Amino acid sequence: MVIKHKNVFETESAWSDANKQMLCLDTGGWRTERPVLDQTKCNYCGLCCLYCPPQCMLDKSDHYEANLAFCKGCGICAHECPRGALTMVPEGDFNQ
Amino acid sequence: MKAKTVKAKVITGNVAAATAVRLCRPEVIACYPITPQSEVAEQLSAFVADGLLDAQIVEVEGENSAMNVVCAASVAGARVFTATSSYGLVYMYDTLLQAAGFRAPVVMVNVNRETPGIHAVSSGQQDLISTRDSGWVQIIVENDQEIVDQIIMAYRIAEDYNIQLPVMVNYDGYYLSYLAEAVEMPDQADVDAFLAPLKKQPPRPKLVPGEARGCGTHGIEMGYVEARYKHCMALDRVKNHIDKIDKEFSEYFGRSYGGQIEEYRCNDADIVIIASGSAAGTTRTVVDTKRAEGVKVGMVKLRLFRPFPEERLVQALKGKKAIGVIDRSVSFGWKYGPMCMEVRALCPKLGSSVPILSYIDGLANLDINIPHVGRVIDEVAAAANGKPYQDVTWIPMEEQR
Repeated sequence: MVIKHKNVFETESAWSDANKQMLCLDTGGWRTERPVLDQTKCNYCGLCCLYCPPQCMLDKSDHYEANLAFCKGCGICAHECPRGALTMVPEGDFNQ
Repeated sequence: MKAKTVKAKVITGNVAAATAVRLCRPEVIACYPITPQSEVAEQLSAFVADGLLDAQIVEVEGENSAMNVVCAASVAGARVFTATSSYGLVYMYDTLLQAAGFRAPVVMVNVNRETPGIHAVSSGQQDLISTRDSGWVQIIVENDQEIVDQIIMAYRIAEDYNIQLPVMVNYDGYYLSYLAEAVEMPDQADVDAFLAPLKKQPPRPKLVPGEARGCGTHGIEMGYVEARYKHCMALDRVKNHIDKIDKEFSEYFGRSYGGQIEEYRCNDADIVIIASGSAAGTTRTVVDTKRAEGVKVGMVKLRLFRPFPEERLVQALKGKKAIGVIDRSVSFGWKYGPMCMEVRALCPKLGSSVPILSYIDGLANLDINIPHVGRVIDEVAAAANGKPYQDVTWIPMEEQR
């Protein structure tokens, strides 16, 4: 057998270093809706960030924003937001 | 032989196992008691309580947690041990796969017992067979002395840098777990010396506080394929490695078990009987009796079940006129016994016309006794002479009790 594959893992076992390489899927591609923020309602409480399953909420100093490369569009942030500042908007409404 | 000569003591297989584990100095142990393994868990707790073993025992609420604890401790770099049996083994099935996938060098004793759903607190290898494809190295031993020696050798296999795989040492419940026989327990200094080469190896990767590392968590597409491929290649390397360790062990302690398989009077034999575990002892005795009567019979004791010792078996069985395989378990959905099935898979390399007779015996603590093995040898010898034979025989079902 001729091996052409270039190893993903440096080690014999499947170890990876998250600081170098996350080796996880670009889960943003699964999304059908994305969270859109009304900044006038947001008081930067951080609940959306705490509840986010893939932990993709980015801290923008006065509000949080989903990293769309990883946000799966599950809607938990919008559901948990006590001030109704987040709305799930269908992906079809955006150009990209 | 370099090891200090020691006086033999009469002890049970379970005490032999626990004592051998103590001599290997594991750092983390998690054992949930289950018949017929409980004595191993009890002894290890007693060793720690008495200050004879410096290990952390984690009390768990079941076998699933036991394997999780030792698997986690192992990827954090500790030397670990656990022991189980039957229901316990299958209750930890997902974590068993996890330990193998993590390539965690866990050493575990599995005291063979029948499995659910027919409740039987009795001996049998069905638990071992149920975990055949778990990715573990599976070794079966024959007597109390071999339990001790194989546990010590198991750490040299599991923790070897070129292997890094969990190892399951199997011995028959009841026949070995509870029955006492003379065992030479090696001296602590000799076990330390035998395990010392592990310390000279490159350090294996481990979890470190403050470092964002993952093990076995990122098997996406080619990562998964690569990890599986490396795992299978490592299992393949175990075959020669176990022979090498056996040789090293025999040079140090003066006892050898043949590595992957033991070949007993096979060289000039026309027929070969394959047996494993405590039944190999009975088979050896009957082989001697039949030899005295002029039957050219030999025995192969199957020690390594996973990885399957293909090359050594082909070498031992090539040219034989007929083969008999005694299984202490069943294969659901294949009429042959599981080990017989594996041997039949060698046919393209053995010559496909050789008769391979399957015998199911010794389920649920029914003895694989001298008359049974005598019958097996007679029938395999007849098959070698061209007489008709039946493919599969459930020996106890053909007896009126």
